[in-house]
Amino acid sequence: MTNPFSIAGKTILVTGATSGIGRATALLCAHMDAHVLAFGRDPQRLDSLLAEMPGEGHRVFSLDLTSPEQWPSVIASLPVIDAFAACAGVASMAPFSFVTREELERVMDTNCFGPVMLVQQLLKAKKLAKGGSVVFVSSVDGPRIVHAGNSLYSASKSALVGMARNMAIDLAGKKIRVNCVLPGTTDTPMIRTGSADEQQLAETAAHLPMKRFADPGEIANAIVFLLSDAASYVNGTELVVDGGTSII
Amino acid sequence: MEMNEFIGNFAELFDDTAPEVFTPDTRFRDLEEWSSFLALAVMAMIKSEYDVAITADEMRSANTVQELFDTVQKYL
Repeated sequence: MTNPFSIAGKTILVTGATSGIGRATALLCAHMDAHVLAFGRDPQRLDSLLAEMPGEGHRVFSLDLTSPEQWPSVIASLPVIDAFAACAGVASMAPFSFVTREELERVMDTNCFGPVMLVQQLLKAKKLAKGGSVVFVSSVDGPRIVHAGNSLYSASKSALVGMARNMAIDLAGKKIRVNCVLPGTTDTPMIRTGSADEQQLAETAAHLPMKRFADPGEIANAIVFLLSDAASYVNGTELVVDGGTSII
Repeated sequence: MEMNEFIGNFAELFDDTAPEVFTPDTRFRDLEEWSSFLALAVMAMIKSEYDVAITADEMRSANTVQELFDTVQKYL
């Protein structure tokens, strides 16, 4: 009997692959014998990732998801992919009174417009295989819960979920599934971009049901499940991976 | 940048603390209303009013209004 959870031999595109959840996902896919196409902005970190990924057939691409003019040449050089894990994201915190249209557009661009339009470009170039899977990394922040000062990020992650649900319906005819993973606070460099210091982060973690933040690898596990054939009838949904945070 | 104007902008972020409480020597972290959300608001106000993006470390290391003012001033 074949293992439906296996992703061996699949070609998987991962964005945001040089840090946090994206890096953990790329490494997990490589360890599970998939061929990884890793997108990131930092060439040195991409090289480091490439060196660390076991197996063969991996490639890395340096590009910016907010610069669509960079995409066509890269997409043209890609093989047909079986699955896409959209992990690139940016955090931005400001009380609503200080939210600017410019910053809202910047956050929306990276967290929503970029990954969504990349899927469209892959489809147009016929680089996303029938039976494929798209997984967007959204967040519980926005779709499930909110935090003070986090409206920019929440709006972008909520928009992503709304788009993903509709994409799931529109692409079902192509047998392409589209789902979101909704992580709770995950121990990545992103959570250290705000005003909280290590002590405050530790206090925040202590108030969570499981008394800790998620490890990026725990989010990657959920992403890989949705990428795999084990999730072949899972479409248009959100898999919450937050240690129970959003139900209290 | 004038200190009085800076204090005015700073005080405006507080809903329950009287504006006259604020002087250059005010240790804002000791105020009952102080919170991590207000720290975020202070950083956003400084960016909005003075086009200066102070770092989280700089925000954390400032304890008085004067220290915060000096942090902003070095970028102007």
